[in-house]
Amino acid sequence: MPSTRDIRRRIKSVKNTAQITKAMQMVAASKMRKAQQAALAGRPYADLMNKVLAALVTESKDFSHPLVERRQGQTRCVIVVSTDKGLCGGLNSALMRDAAKFEPGTKFISAGRKASQFLARTKRALVAEFTYKDAPSFSEARAISKFAQDVYLKGEADRVDILFTRFVSTLVQKPETRQLLPVGEIKPVTAGVGAKAEEGREAGAGWGEFLFEPNQEQVLGALLPHSLNFQVYQILLEAKASEHSARMVAMKNATDNAQQFIKDLTLEYNKLRQANITKELLEISTAAMAMG
Amino acid sequence: MANTLQLQIVTPDAQAYSELVEMVTLPGAEGEMGVYPNHVPLMTQIVPGEIVVRKDGQEVYLAVGEGFVEITGERVAVLTDMAIPVDQIDETKAEEARQRAEARLSEQLNDEESATVHASLANSLAQITVKRRRQRH
Repeated sequence: MPSTRDIRRRIKSVKNTAQITKAMQMVAASKMRKAQQAALAGRPYADLMNKVLAALVTESKDFSHPLVERRQGQTRCVIVVSTDKGLCGGLNSALMRDAAKFEPGTKFISAGRKASQFLARTKRALVAEFTYKDAPSFSEARAISKFAQDVYLKGEADRVDILFTRFVSTLVQKPETRQLLPVGEIKPVTAGVGAKAEEGREAGAGWGEFLFEPNQEQVLGALLPHSLNFQVYQILLEAKASEHSARMVAMKNATDNAQQFIKDLTLEYNKLRQANITKELLEISTAAMAMG
Repeated sequence: MANTLQLQIVTPDAQAYSELVEMVTLPGAEGEMGVYPNHVPLMTQIVPGEIVVRKDGQEVYLAVGEGFVEITGERVAVLTDMAIPVDQIDETKAEEARQRAEARLSEQLNDEESATVHASLANSLAQITVKRRRQRH
């Protein structure tokens, strides 16, 4: 049977925890808004880029570029985009469950500390580690994408995928694998609430062949890597939006649990206090009766 | 046939400009290039510089960074990493950015860094040039 003082001490400690989780929830909420806005702001650019590329791929029939070429080999390389910190619910464990499904020979590139830790622990072939900041910058995305393109062009992998947490809504985030290389069907990266999949094939319809200036090789040679860089950038933004949403929800649950726990403990404390008072009263009245 | 162009300028941060215009001049990789409606479909690259837009007889100027342009007969789509209308350019800030970039050029840089520095130098130079040229009028 705990004493009233023990219970008081526990209430205090739970209160402290609740305060911390509440603060983390607030921080995550504001970061989430920022990350969502960033992901949404990039959408017109991404849409237009996809339209242009889709138009190009359909327009120019004799289209060939090392990044588009399909190869027979089976070596795969996967970029895993995770968070740096924990305390964000099941976000990373869901992601790692998917990462563990790839065949044993797969090479991995990690972005974010949790992915590096997981891949090192499971003794996977980790070829490179990258980090990205809370507000991902385009140059961070370019570094990752450039490395992946090098791996592909050097023939160390015949296919490059990227595994990240797709932001569906504040409450739902889903791990998703998307093919990065070779560049196949061009799909718009969607982000944010109510994101619509854009029809990418209508551009340039009825306008015949495109002219290129200075020439096709040079324009495509510059556009393809750039569009990949941008795709990775959008994915980083989306992963961040997912991370902050997941953390906010996890911290809200923790705060609610702590509050409920405080309530239960307070009830127990009051019961115990009442029992003590009753006991004392009984003792006094018994003593008084014995005296009388 | 249409006699206006749908001009769209987008950057990774936002849609900077989207209007129906009469003519647009772009800083193409092979030199300046004017585009009227019903232009032949064209894909090209642009270098940091100035975009001149003519709309309702008025001219609008924007400083832009590196990027790509897709031209069809009725639409011009500009994808670039920077697009700032002339009245929003802060010359002192651009000047500071230029000096920072120039100072960094003298340091030891790897390829990646040097590309970034060169890009930011070109962007700030474009801003300064556009601002100064348009102030005189």
